Amino acid sequence: MTEIFLEDVAKTFLINGAILPVLAGLTVQVEAGEFVSLIGPSGCGKSTLFNIICGLTAPDRGRVMLGGRDDVPAREVVSYMPQKDLLLPWRTVLDNVILARRAVGREKSAVQKEARELMPLFGLTGFENSYPAELSGGMRQRVALMRTVLAHRRVLLLDEPLGALDAITRTRMQQWLLEVWNNFKQAVFFVTHDIDEAIFLSDQVYVLTPRPAKVCLHLTISLPRPRCAALLTDPAFLALKKKIMLALQV
Amino acid sequence: MPRLDWFSGPVNKGGRIWPALLCLLAFFLAWEAGVRLLAIKPYLLPAPSQVFGTLVEMLPLLARHSQSTLLEAVTGLAAAVVTTLVLAAVMDLHPWIRQGIYPLLVVSQTVPIISIAPLFIIWFGYGILPKVVVVALVCFFPVVVSLVEGMQSADSDMVNLLRVMGYSRWQIIRLVRFPAALPAFFAGLKIAGTYSVMGAVIGEWLGAVNGLGVFMTRATHAYQLDRVFAAIFIIILVSLLIYALIELLAHLAMPWYYNEKEK
Ligand SMILES: Nc1ncnc2c1ncn2[C@@H]1O[C@H](COP(=O)(O)OP(=O)(O)OP(=O)(O)O)[C@@H](O)[C@H]1O
Ligand SMILES: [Mg+2]
Repeated sequence: MTEIFLEDVAKTFLINGAILPVLAGLTVQVEAGEFVSLIGPSGCGKSTLFNIICGLTAPDRGRVMLGGRDDVPAREVVSYMPQKDLLLPWRTVLDNVILARRAVGREKSAVQKEARELMPLFGLTGFENSYPAELSGGMRQRVALMRTVLAHRRVLLLDEPLGALDAITRTRMQQWLLEVWNNFKQAVFFVTHDIDEAIFLSDQVYVLTPRPAKVCLHLTISLPRPRCAALLTDPAFLALKKKIMLALQV
Repeated sequence: MPRLDWFSGPVNKGGRIWPALLCLLAFFLAWEAGVRLLAIKPYLLPAPSQVFGTLVEMLPLLARHSQSTLLEAVTGLAAAVVTTLVLAAVMDLHPWIRQGIYPLLVVSQTVPIISIAPLFIIWFGYGILPKVVVVALVCFFPVVVSLVEGMQSADSDMVNLLRVMGYSRWQIIRLVRFPAALPAFFAGLKIAGTYSVMGAVIGEWLGAVNGLGVFMTRATHAYQLDRVFAAIFIIILVSLLIYALIELLAHLAMPWYYNEKEK
C-alpha cells in the first residue's frame, strides 16, 4: 500500500513582498514499511515539504494522498519529528514521550507503562524523571524520536533526526535507528544532508535540486539487509554514492 | 552561612545578605544619633529605639490588625490572578479578541485608583469587599500583562507540533501556552505581591474597623509617629512574607525552570 503519495506539489512563499518559489512540483512516493530518504541542499524546501504533508502548510498546487486517500487528517497517518526537538521543558522525559500517544486519549497509566518498557531500547533508562534541560543533545533527540515512534502511526516523518550529532555517535545512532525501524515496522520518511547516511539507511532515495526544488534523482537501494558498517566501503555502495554526488553537483 | 535558597529576591542577589544588613544597621545608627544629638521631638521624628519599644509593646494589637490586612491583600491578589487566567485564556482564542481587550487594559491602568477608591466604600460598604477590590485592581495589571506576554512568547513550532498530534486549542493552552508563560507570570506576580499590601492599606485608609491602615490613620491623627513607624515596619514584614510565599509557589510550580537556571 502507498502510505504517502505526493503529486506535483508546489509551494511559493511571499517574504516581504518578494516571491520565493520553494517547491517546483515534486512527485514522491512512500510505500508501507519502507525507509525513504530525502536529500537536498540546505534551504531547498525539505522541511516545507514535511509541513505540507502534515497539513501545517497548504500547497499551492498538487496532490497529497495519505494512506491512499486524500481526505484523512494527517494526524491519523503520520507522526512528525521536526528539525528542532521541541521537547516541552516543563515535562519530564516520561511525560514528553507519551505526549503524542496521549493526544488520542489513551489511558495515561497504560501509555506510561508502555513507555517505561521501551526506555532501554531508546537508551533512556534512568532518565524517566529528568527534565529535557538535563539531557545531552543526543539524548534529547532520542527522546523526540521516542515520542514520534510511540504515537504508533503508520508513517514517521523524521526531519534530520541525527543532525546535531558528532560523526561517531551518528554512525551508532544509524544502526540503532534501523533497529527501532525493524521493531515497529512503520514506514519512515527521512530528511538528511548526509549522502552515506541516506544510502546506508534507505530503500529509496530522492535527491532534490537547490531551491526551487525538484526531484533530480530517484534511486532504489537494493543493498541487502541487515546492513553493517563494512557496507560503507562496498563498491556497490560507492557507485550509488557517486550517482548522488553527481546529482547534487558536489 | 545558611542560605535561604527559596528566597532569591533582590535582597540576596549575588548570594550575600550581609552587605544589605550592614547598610541598614548603619542607617538606623545614623538616624538614632541624629535624633538624639539634634534633640528632635518624638512627634516629629521618633528614634529607632523608641519605635522598637513601641513595636514590642503593641505587638499583639499590630498582629491582629495585620491579620485583616494580610487577608485583604491575599484575597485581592487571588482575585486578580483568577480574573487574569480567565481573561488570558479568552484573549488567546483569537488575535482580534486580544487586540480588542488588551489596549483597554492598558488604558484602565491609567485611572488613578486612589481617586475612585472612595466610590467602592459607597458601593460595597465598610467591610472587606472594597479593600479586596482595590487590591485586585492594583495587582491586576502586572499580572495580566506578564501572563499575556508570556503566553505570546510560547514557541509557535511547539504549538504546531501539538496541533499535528491532534490536541485541541484548549489542551494546547494548558499544555504549552500556560506553562511557557509561567516564568513571566511569576515575575509579574512578585511585583503585584508587593503592591498588594499597599493596596490593602490604601483601602483601609478610606474607612475600616480593622487593619494596619486604620491603625496608621489613628496614630497619625494623634501625632504618635512611633506607632506609624512601627506599623510601617510591620507592613514591610507582611510584604516580604507575601513575596517569599510567591517565590515558594514559583519553585513548586516550575521545578524545571529553576533546574535550568542553576545550570
Ligand atoms: N513559513 C514560511 N514563510 C516564508 N518563507 C518560508 C517559510 N518556511 C520556509 N520558508 C523559506 O523556504 C525555504 C526553504 O525552507 P526549508 O526550511 O523548507 O528548507 P530545508 O530544506 O528544510 O533547509 P535545511 O536543510 O537547512 O533545514 C527557505 O528559504 C525559507 O526561508
Ligand atoms: Mg529543514
